[in-house]
Amino acid sequence: MTAVLVLALMTATCVQAAAVLAAARWPRRAPAAAIVLWQALGLGWGLAAIGTLIALGTAGQGAGGPGSGGPGSGVAGGALSELARLANGRLGFSPIALARLACLVAGVVLLTLLVWVLLSASAAVLRARQRQRALLSLLAHGDPKVPGALVVDYPTAAAYCLPGLRSAIVISAGTLDLLDSAELAAVLAHERAHLRERHDLVLLPFVALLNGFAWSPVVRKAHQAVALLIEMHADDMARRHRPARELATALLRVGAAGGGRAPSGALAAADPALDCDVAARVTRLLRPAPSLPVPALALVAVAATLAIVVPAAVLTMPF
Amino acid sequence: MDVLWEASESLTVRQVSEQLTERDLAHTTVMTVLDRLSKKGFARRQRDGRAWRYRAAESREAYVTELMLSALDQTGDRQAALARFVRSVSGSEARALQHALEALARPPDHHEDRSKS
Repeated sequence: MTAVLVLALMTATCVQAAAVLAAARWPRRAPAAAIVLWQALGLGWGLAAIGTLIALGTAGQGAGGPGSGGPGSGVAGGALSELARLANGRLGFSPIALARLACLVAGVVLLTLLVWVLLSASAAVLRARQRQRALLSLLAHGDPKVPGALVVDYPTAAAYCLPGLRSAIVISAGTLDLLDSAELAAVLAHERAHLRERHDLVLLPFVALLNGFAWSPVVRKAHQAVALLIEMHADDMARRHRPARELATALLRVGAAGGGRAPSGALAAADPALDCDVAARVTRLLRPAPSLPVPALALVAVAATLAIVVPAAVLTMPF
Repeated sequence: MDVLWEASESLTVRQVSEQLTERDLAHTTVMTVLDRLSKKGFARRQRDGRAWRYRAAESREAYVTELMLSALDQTGDRQAALARFVRSVSGSEARALQHALEALARPPDHHEDRSKS
């Protein structure tokens, strides 16, 4: 039963920590560290939640108590031996056995669901990128004002990057008119940081979680926080090469011009924090707060490690 | 593809080749490209005697609109497919950003040549 308690506690702790992290201010001072912590919390929660269900399903099996059966030890070993017993038809149909079976099934269903949302989100992303690439190969052209980027003749200001093995930075003609050359260089530096560090892969699991658990406020907050932190981190990378002020004015100009069109459906309406997002990025660029002291960063690293190691250890080690 | 977009009617491979004089492409090359375009759905083709006639499936503007809308409208999986510089903002938020920009341009210690937009 110890394993069940530890795993259940870890599940709750991860959710609680996510809520605290979403509301915290320090991540803006160390976006990269905060992103790592978010990833660790996400992975740790998944391990702990699946582990809790499977541990419940296998708890108290046999006469020797938890962990006594099976070649492997720990919860994972227990689950395997339980499945083997099930296959041999040696599982009694008492109410307790049925409840345990239900927990085991729920654990497997949760695992399948998590894998499924990740795979389907990846497939959707690859499809959308393929279409973008095909259209860009027909429509886009180069421009000496933005070396290395693709320009599409479209009046609205828009700048984005298309991550992947054949990555591209796309700038609309409206953006070329709106920004001066220094601001354009800052935008390119920001987008190159996204591509270089594969931020799309960082965001993908959180988008997948959002697809599967959009009803959960914590999941929505987690996704929003990680998306913003990724932008802030790319801003920081761009600031190494370009003055922060140029990036800030580029942000304000593109943001202000983009509002001229009708808000894009549900997103702008249902997300009042968007204004804060751009404003928060501009504020950070113009008045940067001191970065997090080393002891605080070490604390974040320890928390991230614990979030993964504790559930993983309980799942694999004998008790 | 530009040739197809500019044409008012569907064209044969030979007609497309003739309009690409400055590129000096082989007839088979043009044929291959048009075949690929039609397989990808960007061009439609119909039999005309022994030759195929090609025309653009959609106007250039329609494709530009599709491309940019899928980039601007970041809902669901699209936001993971590509990363935007600035996410969509509402009208009132855009006005707030405009004010911030003007306030930023005002201080006398900074250059005042930012009167664009």
